[in-house]
Amino acid sequence: MGRTYRISLPGLATSSLVLVTLALALIFFVAPTDADQGFSQRIFYFHVSIAFTAYLCFGVGAWKALVHLWKRDPNADLESYVAIHQGVIFGSLVLLTGSIWAKISWGHWWLWSENQLVLFLVLFLFYAAYFMLRFSVEPGPQRANLSAVYALFGVILIPISFLAIRLAQHFIHPIVFTRDGPQFGGWILATYIVSQLAILVLAYTLYRLELSGKWLDLRLRELRATAA
Amino acid sequence: MTTAERYVTAAYCVVFALVLVYVVIIALKLQRLEREVAALESKREGPADDG
Repeated sequence: MGRTYRISLPGLATSSLVLVTLALALIFFVAPTDADQGFSQRIFYFHVSIAFTAYLCFGVGAWKALVHLWKRDPNADLESYVAIHQGVIFGSLVLLTGSIWAKISWGHWWLWSENQLVLFLVLFLFYAAYFMLRFSVEPGPQRANLSAVYALFGVILIPISFLAIRLAQHFIHPIVFTRDGPQFGGWILATYIVSQLAILVLAYTLYRLELSGKWLDLRLRELRATAA
Repeated sequence: MTTAERYVTAAYCVVFALVLVYVVIIALKLQRLEREVAALESKREGPADDG
């Protein structure tokens, strides 16, 4: 049980620390202040990066679930579970940073009339409910299969959530990524790229950290079973 | 500090607080698991060494 990786966990943790520090330095000392939103626009760099990372985590969770159902890879179920757990953590960060940004920009913590916000909340709650399903079934193949099917269903919500704002008739949530590419350049784009990379590396580090704990937990169960 | 600066600082603090709490919880759990695995492994190897 378990996998071997090319990059060690301490190496990943160091990379995360360096990248996050660099991203923060760029956000607060280099990136220009937005002419329209002013200082509050600086939340964008982490908020959007965290949102894309949450989508990616849910996507990886669904992919690993498919691998579990297709190839019966014994590691895939745990990897799917950990990826979805990361997705829920990053999803809660999207909701928190988004609410703070909404309060500054729109004067409200939350707007139920905004499809983008509501659909992201639906996606978040759907995957939060994954844990209720998983822990209501005894450990074993049945739990792994049920969890995998549920994780696969949730992946349908990802493009809907992402495209909601583009399909909406009226909106106040800004669109910065269009068919013509990102609607910003220069230091704003450079800062965004570094922030996105930093959050992705951080998410992968946390994923590997949690996964190593899960494998250790399995090893402990095996040892207890043989000792009994 | 302006209101916008306060809110931006709060947003970044929320991110770091949550990540930090998560890392501390996982690190403590890993330490406990490593201790328990090491204890069980030494117990299992014990009789073989004696015999």
